[in-house]
Amino acid sequence: MALLQISEPGQSPNPHERRLAVGIDLGTTHSLVAAVRSGVAECLPDEQGRVLLPSVVRYLADGSRKIGHEGRSAMAQDPQNTIASVKRFMGRNRKDVIAIASLPYNFIDKPGMLALATAGGEKSPVEVSADILATLRYRAEDSLGDDLYGAVITVPAYFDDAQRQATKDAARLAGLNVLRLINEPTAAAIAYGLDNASEGVYAIYDLGGGTFDISILRLSKGVFEVIATGGDSSLGGDDYDRALAAKVLEQLELQADTPSDKASLVIAARACKEALTVAGSAELVTQVGGVDISLAVSRSLFEALTASLTTRTIVAARKALRDAKLTIEDIKGVVMVGGSTRMPQVQAAVGAFFRCEPLNNLNPDEVVALGAAIQANQLAGNNTAGELLLLDVIPLSLGIETMGGLVERIVPRNQTIPTAMAQDFTTYQDGQTALALHVVQGERDLVADCRSLARFELRGIPPMVAGAARIRVTFTVDADGLLNVSAREQVSGVEANIDVKPSYGLDDGQIAKMLQESFSTAQADMRARALAEARLEADRLLLAIGTALDADSDLLTDSERDSIQALIKGVHEVHALEDAAVVEAATKALADGTQSFAAIRMNRGIQQALAGKNIETV
Amino acid sequence: MIDKSLTLASTDFELLDAPHRFAQDRAALDARWKQLQREAHPDNFAAQSAAAQRLAMQWSVRINEAYQRLKDPLKRAAYLCELGGSPINAENNTAMPMHFLMQQMEWREQLDAATSGAEVAALSAEVQVNKREVLARCEDLLDRQHDLTQAVGQVRALMFIERFCDDIDTRLEHFETLPQ
Repeated sequence: MALLQISEPGQSPNPHERRLAVGIDLGTTHSLVAAVRSGVAECLPDEQGRVLLPSVVRYLADGSRKIGHEGRSAMAQDPQNTIASVKRFMGRNRKDVIAIASLPYNFIDKPGMLALATAGGEKSPVEVSADILATLRYRAEDSLGDDLYGAVITVPAYFDDAQRQATKDAARLAGLNVLRLINEPTAAAIAYGLDNASEGVYAIYDLGGGTFDISILRLSKGVFEVIATGGDSSLGGDDYDRALAAKVLEQLELQADTPSDKASLVIAARACKEALTVAGSAELVTQVGGVDISLAVSRSLFEALTASLTTRTIVAARKALRDAKLTIEDIKGVVMVGGSTRMPQVQAAVGAFFRCEPLNNLNPDEVVALGAAIQANQLAGNNTAGELLLLDVIPLSLGIETMGGLVERIVPRNQTIPTAMAQDFTTYQDGQTALALHVVQGERDLVADCRSLARFELRGIPPMVAGAARIRVTFTVDADGLLNVSAREQVSGVEANIDVKPSYGLDDGQIAKMLQESFSTAQADMRARALAEARLEADRLLLAIGTALDADSDLLTDSERDSIQALIKGVHEVHALEDAAVVEAATKALADGTQSFAAIRMNRGIQQALAGKNIETV
Repeated sequence: MIDKSLTLASTDFELLDAPHRFAQDRAALDARWKQLQREAHPDNFAAQSAAAQRLAMQWSVRINEAYQRLKDPLKRAAYLCELGGSPINAENNTAMPMHFLMQQMEWREQLDAATSGAEVAALSAEVQVNKREVLARCEDLLDRQHDLTQAVGQVRALMFIERFCDDIDTRLEHFETLPQ
């Protein structure tokens, strides 16, 4: 219900009912899963003891899939069917993907999001990501010995609405209950903040395989306030590999025409890059067009080739600082995240720009998943004495199209979420009775340069002279950074609203269908799962309301108390039945019937907070 | 101690327990905002009913709105004028004193003519000084003279200055992204 349930520090109210929640870092090159066990966040290894799962899925003609290491080892031999770095395609269409021509895949144009043709059939990036997530889910369930209650999944701070929604869809497809999407740099800060009890303003520099994020965070007493975020969703370690690969071809006057040549060259370039992290020079060895190549690459050559990429990250860092209205002197430290920050030239450039030694004492590959696990544990309600509060911001501005293809910004970027902001618009012509609304995301002034999120119409406006109607457009962004838009004509009260889903629009029915196809779960299993979920939900609500009544039943009249007791009894009566729908209906009746009680309790909580009393002490 | 009932319709000042005036203690606002979000943030209700989550979202949104408005001097000044019955009506009233417009034009010419990031930075410093002067006048008019009509004029001037500051930032970015 409306207030936090408090128990003795370090103890869960029902220790045997501890909910299993994990943090998942769904990365461009690697993915991993972590959980809090015995109060400590740790990454969960697979049966061979490996923590990193390569984000690679190979689809075979017989419908089977090879996920992770098995998939990656086939990359050079079967590149078209072995999908790597799928994160770059999430919520994107062909024209969004930079350097698409150099990739070995067979892309299919689709409205909203591209798809990939493989030997195993057509796959959307959401399905490929779901295969990776499901692998991690099974790993977690095997390690922890029970079903998962939920997961926190990380996304780059720079991900837009379509990319976030696609990530959430992938998680649902993998059978995961998403507690929250959180930004990767924020997760990294959580991991560092709790381990080192840091206070002050920090920059999080996250250079992963496929994306770059810079975030400025203020940490104080367990509150993580994101002040600004920026970056580049198509810049990462893979670009360093490609720059080196391109140089090799140029120098040897060769061309990599076949997909398998392209793939093996990039793999060789990556190995060479990794070797250069510890050595002054390294050998790049591969085969292109049947010709064996072996080329010595010095670190200084590699650094010169990729200097412009490193500079792009520093420019973005400077912009984020300006957005935060801060200077270099305000930054107390820089946290390094992402395997690509192991490159010496990156460490040097970041150290020089921020004028301090970058923090890198946690494993840069694991730090994001560890932070997500800590947040997941908190959100699942296990850490009831929790001191952690995450105040995140929206990474990109949201607005609507106005006359002449211009963008009117409604929610500026770096606004703390959740948020709701409104603006009034009017009609353009006399007697205009409908208004088309086009929702866009981005920082540019022209609609053509921004990302289109959704279109909808407000109809039934009474005819008036141009400029007389008052149409209030309200943007609501929830704590996951997902958007809802509504429009209301103030004089007549005509309304329209839309949950902004990317235009590829996976609706619930499609998701259910894909679920069935991909896991071919038997009907009985589905029913059992639905029933288990319905009972879990009923138990959760009963427990919460019981606690609320113990604490605040003085807020209720006798008749209100009686009617709540009747609803509680109703849930108990149907609890043992084998029908999920009946259990759900009784649970919903209880939830609806206690809504106003929740509202009064919330007000009491707020007032106690304002009166300077901490609720834990009341 | 607060004894009156707080609702979603309470003013920003009531909600954040701040004095009803322009001058504010930023540290106190920050602390109160975080304290309120600790109570109301949807994350506290992630494992609870949809009704509780929706309610938490409403409160959390309202608290963020109040905080965003009070921490920003321009928005705070505009809000005080509005609460006092003198709305800014920026879209209907763009008439500004001649000397102010002359200065704006001069600044814009300087910005267009700038050939380096250093020149833009120098102009930015000058504009910042001017902005602080206007803010000081706002505080005087709102907190001491209680002259809302005059204050509205200063708020409009601030809106012009803020927009110009954005243009300066865009131009600075342009110089920074040029190849070295």
